[in-house]
Amino acid sequence: MGKWTRRGFIAAGVVSGGALMVGVGIREGHRAPKLAKMMTEDGETLVNVWVKLNTDNTITAIVPHSEMGQGVFTSMTQMLADEMDADWNKVTYEQAPAHEAYANYPLGREFLMGDTKVPGMVQDSLNGGFLRIAQSMGLQITGGSTAVRFTGMGGMRIAGAAAREMIVKAAAKTWDVPAKELHTENSHVYHDASGRSEPYAAFAEQAGEYAPPTQPKLKTPDEFKLMGKSLARFDIPAKTDGTAEFGIDVDLPGMKYAAVMGPPVLGAEAEQVDETYAAEMPGVIKVLNKGWFVAVVADSYWQAENAVRQLDVTWSKTGAESLGQSDIYAMLGKAIDDAGGKGKKDISVGNARRAADGAARVYEAEYRVPFLAHAAMEPINATAWVREGKVDFWSGLQNPLAVRDEIAGAFSIKKHDVTVHNVMLGGGFGRRSEADYPLMSVEIAREFDHPVKMIWSREQDTQQDFYRPASISRFKAGLDDDGMPVSWENTFVQKHDPPEASHIPYKIDHQLIQHTEAEHHVRFGPWRAVDHTQHGFFIESFIDELADQAGLDGYAYRRKLLEHSPRYLAVLDAAAEAAGWGRDMPEGRGLGIALVDSFGTVVAQVVEVDVTGPEPKVVHVWCAADPGYVMNPDGFTAQIESGIIYGLTAALYGNITIEAGAVVQSNFHDYPMLRMRDAPGITVKLINSGAKVGGGGEPGTPPIAPALANAVFAATGVRVRSQPIANYKQGLT
Amino acid sequence: MAETKLIVNGNERSVDVDPSMPLLWVLREQLKLNGTKFGCGIAQCGACTVHLDGMPVRSCSTPVAAADGAEITTIEGVGNDDGTRHAVQAAWIEHQVPQCGYCQSGQIMSAVALLRDNPDPTDEDIDAAMSGNICRCGAYGRIRAAIKTAARA
Repeated sequence: MGKWTRRGFIAAGVVSGGALMVGVGIREGHRAPKLAKMMTEDGETLVNVWVKLNTDNTITAIVPHSEMGQGVFTSMTQMLADEMDADWNKVTYEQAPAHEAYANYPLGREFLMGDTKVPGMVQDSLNGGFLRIAQSMGLQITGGSTAVRFTGMGGMRIAGAAAREMIVKAAAKTWDVPAKELHTENSHVYHDASGRSEPYAAFAEQAGEYAPPTQPKLKTPDEFKLMGKSLARFDIPAKTDGTAEFGIDVDLPGMKYAAVMGPPVLGAEAEQVDETYAAEMPGVIKVLNKGWFVAVVADSYWQAENAVRQLDVTWSKTGAESLGQSDIYAMLGKAIDDAGGKGKKDISVGNARRAADGAARVYEAEYRVPFLAHAAMEPINATAWVREGKVDFWSGLQNPLAVRDEIAGAFSIKKHDVTVHNVMLGGGFGRRSEADYPLMSVEIAREFDHPVKMIWSREQDTQQDFYRPASISRFKAGLDDDGMPVSWENTFVQKHDPPEASHIPYKIDHQLIQHTEAEHHVRFGPWRAVDHTQHGFFIESFIDELADQAGLDGYAYRRKLLEHSPRYLAVLDAAAEAAGWGRDMPEGRGLGIALVDSFGTVVAQVVEVDVTGPEPKVVHVWCAADPGYVMNPDGFTAQIESGIIYGLTAALYGNITIEAGAVVQSNFHDYPMLRMRDAPGITVKLINSGAKVGGGGEPGTPPIAPALANAVFAATGVRVRSQPIANYKQGLT
Repeated sequence: MAETKLIVNGNERSVDVDPSMPLLWVLREQLKLNGTKFGCGIAQCGACTVHLDGMPVRSCSTPVAAADGAEITTIEGVGNDDGTRHAVQAAWIEHQVPQCGYCQSGQIMSAVALLRDNPDPTDEDIDAAMSGNICRCGAYGRIRAAIKTAARA
């Protein structure tokens, strides 16, 4: 294999018929280890972002992300179209296929361009920032709030700007005028001096002759026409009339239905399956024991589900059968004890121990959070059709390319014999980045010639999840005479992503942040905002306790510790001001504040809580968010609102518990969700600070739990150090 | 198995299924009306809401036999007779309500039923009518606003 030194490139060419294609890609040799695994074959290249200028002057953006409610088709297309000076009414999108053809460059060229020759194909390096983009974009992962900040900023905008420059160059040549006399608008090129104007498409063929610019000039925010505007989302009309197609809606000729049951104790295997009764039930075609799960395939899903519930399965013993939730919490606590203050270091600045020893006093607290399931509205499902050694697979996926590879690897099939058809996701939140259910679906379908749609019951969806981990975090702060922190020591258990989630925004000279591990059988999965969900609660609760120790309110105390950061202060101030922080509160009400910087976006929230009822009721949430620049204000606001409700649901009610090794909760009656009657009003203030662009899907979630806990403290004097918060009156839950 | 007659979105349909089969799966699998969604199977989430003789019901927990001879309206049939969107659907677009969109068929069916019975609902009325419909994307504020817009339409 040749050694590649150039890693990113812009590619262009003209398709037969005259459409111009421009793409931004990445090929092997980069330093992203995750991506390296994707490109195992010589010369394999991932082609990530494409724009097609069609002969009728319409423009198609090809978006390498999944739509799961975040409006990504719209925001990505919006960024591309703006750089291209496109007519928004004539712009549409396609979702990039998760196909070998798309990941392998020579095949990709064939797939996208047919048999057309590509004269202007060049390869050149892009700037260094491209490497980070590749980590998310190349894998086609939708997660980590990456779309706008990585794919959009580094892919869609570059492709759009490159396409525009090539069209302008082509127009200049065709009209024989200097390019600088031309301007572009609404997908047309104008030459004012001669009064000429032509649609972009008139120059597509000529443009395809050129090498694309290696560093196309991007617009500055004052030049934006579409970015920064609340353009209506493409996907919404179909979501109001039942025509939007989700994974569960896939319908194929001759299709049968599968219902499944996984081991109640995760990791167990089905040793024996007594199917005497189930096999005779109406519509049942076959009972399958696959060890790691059992399944029934039937003429209808309802028949399959009824039958699978009648299977008498003997599951193997894993050793976890005696484990209860209190054992797991004890295990987590013991892991911290055993680390003896010598865990793996996240942050070590100054000497926190010595500073605490010399401090006027120390203050300590321990917090914990439970396991959480994702509970997307659309239960997990997938459809597979295995024919002649080839697999067609349909599902809503956050990581379609990885799923393709997982299927190929698990069943020893060539990657290009696996076709993954990604459809809309009825919620993802991290759950749909796992490959368990795709593999399960294919394992069932390969027993048949016809397609099989596997649907999980809500009970399976709840009990066979990859969970936000239960975690414990201990803090010790050294305080000076005024109660201001001189040291911050924190030890927690279970570290995943992102690595900076345990870091604090506050200026404290001596910091020691470390972590340890505890092994148990409850499998981890990324859950909206991942580690930020627990660390947001831990850190922002403890800092609030320190504020109280200093005799200050949470807002004033944070302000003192954020003087070094105007960006944080501005966000904190905006939330506090919107909430009317400091106003007199009636009996039984309180305000709480929290600030979390996650996925490049700084978010502060103020909660007003009413504690006069049996459970705390959140009356209103005021939120300020600074993602650097807001690409689509209404879309971004919707994401923040969503993050708040998602986080608030977990903070108030979320509590997956283990009993006899198995998940206890099964459906919405015992794993409750926030509903309309309990939904607070939400006010969102957006700040365009000009900082590096951050994400939108996740940053709304982390601050809400601590803001609520801090509000409960303000209203009652009771400090809530565990979740779910709805149960705070009963103490630890 | 038994033959059951349904009037779905104004069309007479006949299905030959187990009378205890939930209406949800008859709509989705037999009649290929996929707009009505499966969420929980126990009438907790409202994703499967349809109108049965005008009343919003959870089709996942309604045996098809209970709908024999009844008029059923699904999201596919909730639009106006002239083919335009129902005021609720239009308001859903105006307020950019859906995110993932999976629960929205059920939300819209509940909202349409609410407004038909109560053209000018208070916040409390909306809470009462809509709290059976879960939205994991948390679009509740927009749903509330859209219902008020549709009420004025």
